Amino acid sequence: MSKAIALGKHVTGPSGGLTILERLDLEILPGEAVAILGASGSGKSTLLGLLAGLDRSSTGEVWLCGERVDDLDEDGRAALRSGRVGFVFQNFQLLTTLTARENVLLPLELTGTRDAAQRADEALERVGLTARAGHYPRQLSGGEQQRVAIARAYAPRPEVLFADEPTGNLDQVTGEQIIDLLLDLRSEAGAALVLVTHDPRLAERCDRRLHMRAGHLEAGA
Amino acid sequence: MKTWRITLRLLNQDWRSGELYLLASALILTVAAITAVGFFTDRVEGAMARQGGELIAADLALESATPVPATYAEQARALGLETARFIDFRSVVLSDAGPQLVQVKAVDPAYPLRGQLQVRDGLEAPETPTTTGPPPGEAWVEARLLHLLEARLGDEVTLGETNLRLGAILSDEPDRAGALFAMAPRILINETDLAATGLISEASRAEHRLLIAGEASRVERYRSGIATSLPVNLRLIDAADARPEFAAAVERASRFLHLATLVTLLVAGAAIALASHRFVERQTDAVAVMRCLGAPHHLLMRIFILRLLAFGLVASLVGCLIGWLGQLGLSLMLAEWFTTDLPPPSWTPVLVGLATGLLALSGFALPPLFQLSQVSPLRALRRDLGPPRGSAILTVLVAALAMALLIVWQAGDLQLAWKLIAGVLGAVLSLVLVVLLLVRIAGRIAGRARGVWRLGLAALARRPTGAVLQISGLGIGILALLLLAVVRVDLLRAWQENLPLGAPNHFLINIQPQDVEPLQEFLRESGVTAQESAQPRDASADVGATRIDPMIRGRLIRVNARSVSPSDFADPRAERLASREFNLSYATQLQPDNRIRAGSWWSGEDAQAQFSVEEGIAETLGIRLGDEITFLVSGREVSAPVTSLREVRWDSFNVNFFVISSPSVLAAEPATFITSFFLPRDRASLVAELVRQFPSVTVLDVDALLAQVRQVVDRGAMAIEYVFLFTLAAGLLVMYAGIQASLEERQREHGILRTLGTGRRALLTSLAVEFTAAGLIAGTLASVFAGLIGWLLAEQLFGLTLTFNPSLWLFGVLGSALLIGLAGTIATYPLLIRPPLRAIRDAVSGGG
Repeated sequence: MSKAIALGKHVTGPSGGLTILERLDLEILPGEAVAILGASGSGKSTLLGLLAGLDRSSTGEVWLCGERVDDLDEDGRAALRSGRVGFVFQNFQLLTTLTARENVLLPLELTGTRDAAQRADEALERVGLTARAGHYPRQLSGGEQQRVAIARAYAPRPEVLFADEPTGNLDQVTGEQIIDLLLDLRSEAGAALVLVTHDPRLAERCDRRLHMRAGHLEAGA
Repeated sequence: MKTWRITLRLLNQDWRSGELYLLASALILTVAAITAVGFFTDRVEGAMARQGGELIAADLALESATPVPATYAEQARALGLETARFIDFRSVVLSDAGPQLVQVKAVDPAYPLRGQLQVRDGLEAPETPTTTGPPPGEAWVEARLLHLLEARLGDEVTLGETNLRLGAILSDEPDRAGALFAMAPRILINETDLAATGLISEASRAEHRLLIAGEASRVERYRSGIATSLPVNLRLIDAADARPEFAAAVERASRFLHLATLVTLLVAGAAIALASHRFVERQTDAVAVMRCLGAPHHLLMRIFILRLLAFGLVASLVGCLIGWLGQLGLSLMLAEWFTTDLPPPSWTPVLVGLATGLLALSGFALPPLFQLSQVSPLRALRRDLGPPRGSAILTVLVAALAMALLIVWQAGDLQLAWKLIAGVLGAVLSLVLVVLLLVRIAGRIAGRARGVWRLGLAALARRPTGAVLQISGLGIGILALLLLAVVRVDLLRAWQENLPLGAPNHFLINIQPQDVEPLQEFLRESGVTAQESAQPRDASADVGATRIDPMIRGRLIRVNARSVSPSDFADPRAERLASREFNLSYATQLQPDNRIRAGSWWSGEDAQAQFSVEEGIAETLGIRLGDEITFLVSGREVSAPVTSLREVRWDSFNVNFFVISSPSVLAAEPATFITSFFLPRDRASLVAELVRQFPSVTVLDVDALLAQVRQVVDRGAMAIEYVFLFTLAAGLLVMYAGIQASLEERQREHGILRTLGTGRRALLTSLAVEFTAAGLIAGTLASVFAGLIGWLLAEQLFGLTLTFNPSLWLFGVLGSALLIGLAGTIATYPLLIRPPLRAIRDAVSGGG
């Protein structure tokens, strides 16, 4: 589903060069749930960005949904992501000027999905927020905002979903509800799930756990 | 379809969430100001032209030395316009006292189309207005002609082959201005008596006029219809041709109005810039998320451009509507000031308003929008990436270009536009540079200060870009308000004082050399003292007078070696000037209402032979400094070089001349004399006495014309003040935008500071310190620029002298510090009363 071969990311700043990822190999299989763990600054978010085609690698190859993304320009990568890749972010990243329902509708409309309205409503119903469909993000709690984000990520029925610290901004109880929802939806949609997390409970429930250390990947238990 | 749906949804939500209020207000205000002034000047200029039409007794006149072909009158009537005609020629009347040279005007019953004739039944009788000329068999004459003829009303005089009864004293004709300096006294007769006089044949020298009046747009249609194919022997005349005083006042009023609009445009432009910057910045996260969700670059661009255009169009339309309502209110307010109905406005201002709105918005918002399309989707994961760094040069260039285009377009005057652009560029550049410097200094001071002072001053220095943007915005806002004070109060007062209550309202012309001294004696005895100065006296003085100037007739025959012939000139005005005699004069001193624009004035009685020429006429006739010009005076050629070009303030109502020489050129030539003086209404009987004692002197009462010009000035001033209300609103909006710009950045910072235990009172004081410092910097800079721009405008554009105004500085510097300190603190106060956690969380999740 997503594959990285000899992946490397180097940046140069005023104080010299810095290697964030070095010769990293990884393959995510269809429908597989993989957790990437690691300390802050270990490069896990950078890896997620590269795997999702949000950023370009310095060396190596990245494959997403069967296509090589590092050959594509930003618009080509956007076209590849459109409708096939979903995202859930730590700080939710809902559009504050749109209601919950309109936030879910957005990716469907961007891909030109025919029954967009119906699918948005279904997605909101699935995350239990039908009653709050007309509310704006600022009128929702953190957990509710993340549920809207999950509905938005799953509504286009993506092949793979990338989640960056999806429970990072939530309390324990809410976090657990979100974990349940993410994994249940993943099973229902049959999509692969790649998530970056500090949360061992969340990692525990994934099929595979990988640890990032200083730009290298180590397989976990 | 998909693009439109998303665009409209985003637009709708932008609006509902209040994101667009600031930008919308700025845009609506700009368009409203432009259209209100557009609509209003459209109508007022129409009405002024019509009222000015009273000076030619019509809205438009066609003049010819032979009868005006009947087709011109038929065409006018076909368009629903009124027509009238008259013939003006010089002849002789006979009475028992002998022959007397007169200026005959034979009018048809429709004359005058605009304005009124004033007649009297006897020398002491009051004036009665009438809108039609004398009946057949009757002649109305000027009072001085009665003296010259030794006749009384009711007597008969002979004109050509017919006798006419003297029916009334003609004290004023609306189109007299054109013949103000005619030498022979006027006799007005009915057109039907003309044939009986046998004076006019095909070959006679006479001035035939066809008068046209009616609805402004039809008159304009008529004018444009005939203007292109007008034969050379026909001349079109409108009010501006009739009297330079009136034209000058109208032109100055419309300059003021345009200036007011331009200032509004500039200030509102700053508000649009600040608001679009903020709007675009707040879209960064949304764009990053949409990029993540797979929206291609071109789709996002399309969505943003459509969103901007749709928003711009709606806001501009609202602006047009408000502009229309604005002019409606003003027109209602001023309706009774006009003797004629205000003509309806055209639709052009709507188009101008829409185009201005879209151009301003595109200029300020498109470059940041293009930058927005470069946002990396990675920003959705990593907020620390910040907004994309676009080319600042591109942003500034596009905005400057849009602004320059708008200024050139709106000013309608390249010189004014150029000065404004240079002024604004200079002001903005210096403002930014000085603000940067002062912000650095504030940072240095902050390093040594303690507590709230450190917090407040450091807040300025920590965000140099934000601070520069904010203080520049505030500075521009204050600058607008101060300029408002300068232009509204000082400039308008200078303009109005130009035409004080004691401005001359009577001209005495045709004074014979031997009458000069007795006349001076008469005036002195009557309390009207002849003076050396042409400066109108204080209004409180009983009677004021000006010096008595010599007037010599001369025809311009050569400029250098090139002989001057009317046919050499394509410009009809130049042709006319070249064909007629000039009124020349000589003087030792420059009149106070004249200004040397090039070269220098001579000194002393025995200065070398030289001429000073009014700059407008010099340009028309192609006369340059240093040229040797030759006049034919009493059959003798008089030559001298042009050593200065003068600007003449025609609307001062003093006696003025296009061409003046040093005494050595013309003092020996035969001359008549002319003077002007102010006579209060209650001393009008003095004129009758003067006419009795000096029958050859012609008294011209220009009170009506003066009142008309004064009305233009007053009306213009009022209209300008009204338009400046828009500027005031724009200024306040910029200040609000400036304060608003920093609110978001502050939110998180205050949350953190309060979490760390900083008390509300300390934060409030630090805010007050920061905003007061910003107000102080902005106010000082704005005062400097307002003073400078005001002075430049007064001197360069309006030819007025502006005095230093200390209250400007007091208000500018201290007032701004106080006002901004207070307004900023109040605006940011709501941030302080929010729970710190919410402040931090909102700041983290905000933006999207």
